[in-house]
Amino acid sequence: MQRGRVRIFGYEVARWAVLAVFAILLAFPFYWMFITTFKQTLDLYTLQNNPFRFNMSPTLEHLKLLFQQTKYMVWVTNTAIVGGIVVGITLVLALPAAYALTRLTGRWGQRVGMAIFLTYLVPPTLLFIPLSRVIAILGLQDTIWAVVLVYPTFTVPFSIWLLMGFFKSIPRELEDAAMVDGLTRLGAFVKLVIPISLSGILTVVIFTFTLVTQEFVYALTFISTENSQLISVGVPTFLVRGDVYYWGSLMAACLIASVPIAILYNLFLDRFIAGFTVGAVK
Amino acid sequence: MAIKTDPPASAKLPPDPAGVQPPRHEEGIAVTVPWHRTPENRATLLGIAMFTPAVLFIAVLIGVPFVLAFVYAFTDVKVGSIESHYVGLENFRSILQSPSFKKALVNSFIFTIISQVLVIVGATILSVALKDRFRGRGFVRFLILLPWVAPISLGAIGWKWILDSLYSVINWVLVVLHFYKPYSAPMWLGEPHLAMASVILVHTWRLLPFSTVIMLAGLTAIPKDIPEAAEVDGAGFWRTLFQITIPMMLPIIMVAVLFGIIFTFTDMTVVYVLTAGGPYDSTQVLPSLAFFTGILAGDLSQGAAISLFLVPIMVAVTYVMLRLAHKSEIA
Repeated sequence: MQRGRVRIFGYEVARWAVLAVFAILLAFPFYWMFITTFKQTLDLYTLQNNPFRFNMSPTLEHLKLLFQQTKYMVWVTNTAIVGGIVVGITLVLALPAAYALTRLTGRWGQRVGMAIFLTYLVPPTLLFIPLSRVIAILGLQDTIWAVVLVYPTFTVPFSIWLLMGFFKSIPRELEDAAMVDGLTRLGAFVKLVIPISLSGILTVVIFTFTLVTQEFVYALTFISTENSQLISVGVPTFLVRGDVYYWGSLMAACLIASVPIAILYNLFLDRFIAGFTVGAVK
Repeated sequence: MAIKTDPPASAKLPPDPAGVQPPRHEEGIAVTVPWHRTPENRATLLGIAMFTPAVLFIAVLIGVPFVLAFVYAFTDVKVGSIESHYVGLENFRSILQSPSFKKALVNSFIFTIISQVLVIVGATILSVALKDRFRGRGFVRFLILLPWVAPISLGAIGWKWILDSLYSVINWVLVVLHFYKPYSAPMWLGEPHLAMASVILVHTWRLLPFSTVIMLAGLTAIPKDIPEAAEVDGAGFWRTLFQITIPMMLPIIMVAVLFGIIFTFTDMTVVYVLTAGGPYDSTQVLPSLAFFTGILAGDLSQGAAISLFLVPIMVAVTYVMLRLAHKSEIA
């Protein structure tokens, strides 16, 4: 028994050692953003100072600069607007499609669903050149409407796939009963299936929103004016003036945008993973 | 569309538990119901109406540009040009002769292979360590997930500061530990090999959490009694890990690798933010070269030709993924 206890203790120590090393490596840049945000400029650029601690009193100067003298809030607003509209488009397209492919189209619905999911593998870096011309012809370049049009191309396929998994778990008998009670198929979908799928819908909303904030390539390609930027491109391109890096404000900008998104995403992570692993995990 | 629900002829039959389509009509009743009025066909029609908008949207905004990418690669289309001409393989000939392209092609493979090996090894270790429930697991998981869930362009900016030529915290530590004299510490993003290593490590940092949670999903799906039985039978931790757990995880490791390859081979964000392909193309990869050529320099046709080199990888991954899905359908 004694040996067993030593062994379990050994596991625990090894586990925590592994976790500590990885957690520090993975989270360190965010700690670094945090400490840089509140350090005085002189403190940041004095090589003799220990960079891990505050050598001078903390300051809010970088945050003031960020909010008062840059377009950061404009980019945050743009990102929120684009996120909201893309969420709307995604729900309108993906909800009926996912329901139809799980319930109404028989065996080949699953195949079509798979095909739609596979379009998620077509990379933006293959499509961005032709799309840039399409956007130019439509006159949408340098407006947020360019990305409003294009972002659903990756949010819709993944959302359909997620929702199909969700609808499959609803017992058919529920809809059958509702239809016996006089609802049409469409009525059953709107009045019964959608309300009981709220958590699946919420997952799609969060997922779509986080994908919009993370996207970089399309936003970089289609939008080059400062006033139409989203956060992901505005911060790395427009907060750098000439060759001068305002590291304090830059880190503040990264931190403020990252943490809320990270928390939201984390809450719904298990469902996203279920989407990626459908088929391989039983 | 209005859908009338006059009770179908089959309504009196008991509901079919297996979901098999009910018979179209009862015997003895003359069949005059038009094709589109039978319940199962009406359901199909409604289904088609419900998924068509999404499919159309995807076909137009993914399918059309996908085809156009091939068309552009064989023409001389430029930004702002009104007409374009077929030029055959001219674009491919000229990119294959360009040193930048060769560099980018080789770099793309180095970038993908090394970062994927690191990601898979790291994710396997980390997922095994995270498998059981313990106090503080949620918080540890949150910390570990940060690189994946935060926007990558912002995470990469954080790294640009950490790897700064003058104020790098890594260099500060190296100097304090006397590995380097002050002002002679490495320029992480300024020297070709170090820049490549930095780009690879930052990308690994970004993808590791994603692969870890995918593998974690696979690990928790393994019935607990199998590894436990092995341990009761005297197999130690390592033997159970390598002979039971990892083999059972193989399909899920495959899924993580496949997504990882796509997310790495076709990504340019880390390279663009950290080095913009430099110094001297030493970190240039195919997607970033396609961007610089096709978008910034405005040579759409050459850019499209470069990005077509992503297609074989994409097709190979898709093929393996379909095989996997097919297998699990049979199983």
